[in-house]
Amino acid sequence: MKAYLTRRYRFCAAHRLHSEAMSEAENLATYGKCNNPHGHGHNYLLEVTVGGQVDGQTGMVCNLVELDDVVGREILSRYDHENLNTLPDFSGKVTTSEVLAEQIFNILRREFHAAHLERVKLEETSLNSFEYTGGAEMR
Amino acid sequence: MVYLTRKCEFSASHYYHNPSFSPEDNLRLFGKCNNPNGHGHNYTLEVTVKGEIDPHTGYVVDLKVVKELLNREVMDVFDHRFLNKEIPEFADKIPTTENLAISIWKRLQRGMGTACLHRVRLYEAPDLFVDYYGEQ
Repeated sequence: MKAYLTRRYRFCAAHRLHSEAMSEAENLATYGKCNNPHGHGHNYLLEVTVGGQVDGQTGMVCNLVELDDVVGREILSRYDHENLNTLPDFSGKVTTSEVLAEQIFNILRREFHAAHLERVKLEETSLNSFEYTGGAEMR
Repeated sequence: MVYLTRKCEFSASHYYHNPSFSPEDNLRLFGKCNNPNGHGHNYTLEVTVKGEIDPHTGYVVDLKVVKELLNREVMDVFDHRFLNKEIPEFADKIPTTENLAISIWKRLQRGMGTACLHRVRLYEAPDLFVDYYGEQ
């Protein structure tokens, strides 16, 4: 039996939406207040969904401790209380939540092998969220 | 493909009644929702659009555009309204959460422009919601 497991994590970070490829005026027109040169921040809420067969011995899809370890090491320690624009991950990229969600998915796909990574959902605020499945149709 | 969801909340009143049924059948079918004086809900709407990330902006879609569309097509239309009496499509259609989700889909679809609407999820209450993905 296949089951899906979702775990929530939180981190806080600063960013500024700004593209080097645009003029100052274009940046301001495109990103509005998110283009403030001093940056601003969010309490991000991250949901990581993994799926797999329920192990007959343990009754689990995967051991949550392993998921926590990988997310803690590869995501939270990388982004929590950082300014995203200063990190090499986003060199040449705009730090929108779309790009951040895709980046988190790609890191976890590379580093977490105990179950299949199905989806990453990133809530930037309680009103806005972004989901990436690596290309799979989402429901 | 990235999916972006924007949420908003509105409050409205409605009641369930099918004029082709007898009063007894209406009451049997719709129970307390049949009270003609109406009752209300705090609706929570989640609208999901999908698309590839524009390499130029890093956006799937400009959230400002989605926010303005929600304000114009949902908040200005439905918030603090009696759905049966004030919304044209519910003059001859029962304003169930299902029909309301479909109505919202159609209104949003018209103003979507290049963005691709993926799902409308409408909560009537925290423990009850309807999903609509358009005609498939």
